[in-house]
Amino acid sequence: MGGTDMLRRRDRLARAVLYAVLLAGLVVVVAPFVWMVLSSFKPEGEIRRVPPTWWPETFTLDNYARLFSQLDFPRYFLNSVLVAGLITVGNLVFCSAVGYALAKLRFAGRQVLFATVLGTLMVPGMVTFVPQFVLVSQLGLVNTYAGLVLPFLAGPFGVFLMRQYLLSIPDDLIEAARVDGAGELRIFWRVVLPLCGPALATLGILTFLSSWNSFLWPLVVATTEDKYTLPVALALFSVGQHRTSFGLLLAGAVVVVLPVLVVFLVLQRQFLRGIATTGLK
Amino acid sequence: MATPPMAPAPTPAPTVEPETRRAVRPEPTAAGLRRLRRLRRRRALVGWGFAAPFTVLFVAFMALPVLASLAMSVTDMRSTDLRNPFAVEFVGARNFVRLFGDELFHRAAVNTAIFVVVGVPLTIVAGLAAASGLNSGLIRFRSLFRVGFYLPVVTSIVAIAVVWRFLLDPQAGPVNNLLRLLGVDGPNWLANPTTALPSITVLAVWRNFGFLMVIFLAGLQAIPAHLYEAARLDGAGRWQQFRYVTLPMLRPTLLFGAVVTGIGYLQLFEEPFVMTQGGPLSSTLSVSYHIYNQFGFGNYGYAAAASWVLFVAIVGLSVLQFRLLRARD
Repeated sequence: MGGTDMLRRRDRLARAVLYAVLLAGLVVVVAPFVWMVLSSFKPEGEIRRVPPTWWPETFTLDNYARLFSQLDFPRYFLNSVLVAGLITVGNLVFCSAVGYALAKLRFAGRQVLFATVLGTLMVPGMVTFVPQFVLVSQLGLVNTYAGLVLPFLAGPFGVFLMRQYLLSIPDDLIEAARVDGAGELRIFWRVVLPLCGPALATLGILTFLSSWNSFLWPLVVATTEDKYTLPVALALFSVGQHRTSFGLLLAGAVVVVLPVLVVFLVLQRQFLRGIATTGLK
Repeated sequence: MATPPMAPAPTPAPTVEPETRRAVRPEPTAAGLRRLRRLRRRRALVGWGFAAPFTVLFVAFMALPVLASLAMSVTDMRSTDLRNPFAVEFVGARNFVRLFGDELFHRAAVNTAIFVVVGVPLTIVAGLAAASGLNSGLIRFRSLFRVGFYLPVVTSIVAIAVVWRFLLDPQAGPVNNLLRLLGVDGPNWLANPTTALPSITVLAVWRNFGFLMVIFLAGLQAIPAHLYEAARLDGAGRWQQFRYVTLPMLRPTLLFGAVVTGIGYLQLFEEPFVMTQGGPLSSTLSVSYHIYNQFGFGNYGYAAAASWVLFVAIVGLSVLQFRLLRARD
């Protein structure tokens, strides 16, 4: 459109205003994160000083040392990795399989299954929360990894996403493989899944992020410290005995946020494209 | 080995000889029927084979809990009944009647309504402003802005709460320190009943507008450039282009954003849970939080009833938004 070489003065002014507003917005959004990281390296006294410092005057790793020695953060970290990892792998496997069945196979009960899955998309989490907890406690799974993982292994969002994506894959490829005599599992594994790369990436990233950050369910199901995930540990410490140790809590917050930040920054292109096309969080 | 999913072979035309006719004709039909049945069974086997692992988990942990919740909502089930399920009694609509007389539920409903009515439009305006700014074609470092604005969306609410509780701290917090520089004595944001809910609302807008920005940005990029050219030829300024080209073309995307945000905001829970524990004086108690508390007290039937009221509110709001925002014919 209109060449940048012939910007008039009014346009230049508009551009300056636009940059100023966007930059101010960026500062408001990002500054708390920067402050969190910087302050996690400050001693307790400096964090609370009035007026506050921006850059650490005294640089210390003390907060992190306490996190990993006095508190069992390595354990919580591993729990988080395990729980989020299992939920992600489970969703990739189960949702792609059922998505394939719903999009490409004709069988009795298919429509009913899809309609039921769609129907649960709008049901608020609080509706299923209580019965899920009753079920998990009746199965004796309170305070177990199974109890933390099982209710989230097969989510309706993933099915919807995979089905919609698979509908766009031409039938010819699958038919050709079938004519060549390939078995159904082989077709799925060798023909269908390799074509699902973008959808699997989107589903994988979204599922990992939401299970990593998930907090209410593990708070209720993990009843002893050895099963805490990172958000649960941080939430309980920030209202409990470590309520007043800001340095410790900020270092804990950095540990919770860092893996997500890395995943997001590395994969942000695919991630934001996935969000824009699927409209899911 | 795989039979292509086609209709069974057509019955061959009747042959001339009567004996062979008798011998041939019934056979293909019976065989065809058997083949058809085998094919159907095979298809069901394959289809459900792929669907079964998901379906088992989905039925156990999603479909059944939804039905169980409906059933619970008309009983007096309590946590103590877990060991003795026969003590549970059918109470009809009594939970719902009690709910509408429950003052805390009223409080929670009003708080949630205020949060939705203020928060949803603010989030949409912020998301739309960020998206239009980044879409204007003048902006460099667009992906830097986009990633920055999206950062809070992917961040754990627990970590956000740790930082924000400090930012809003009345003495040491940077917000009140900034206000002090301007000569204003800032309140104790989260401990004051009049400022707690507005603080939570601002936090939610801050945390969620990046999501809408990404959705709106995709919508804006789908608007054909020739519409703007035509508008410019007609002498439309920036604001008129926005008002008469962008907004109408973006209507479906705006509707989607409003519905998704409305559904999410009606379920407000995490922000007050980690920031204020619903206080002070229940000023940030939300409907979901009230349900969670009732669950904590062991009132399972009552909590289930409240969760279905929330569901009805969600459906109602979505329908209302569709009515208000859908393209006018």
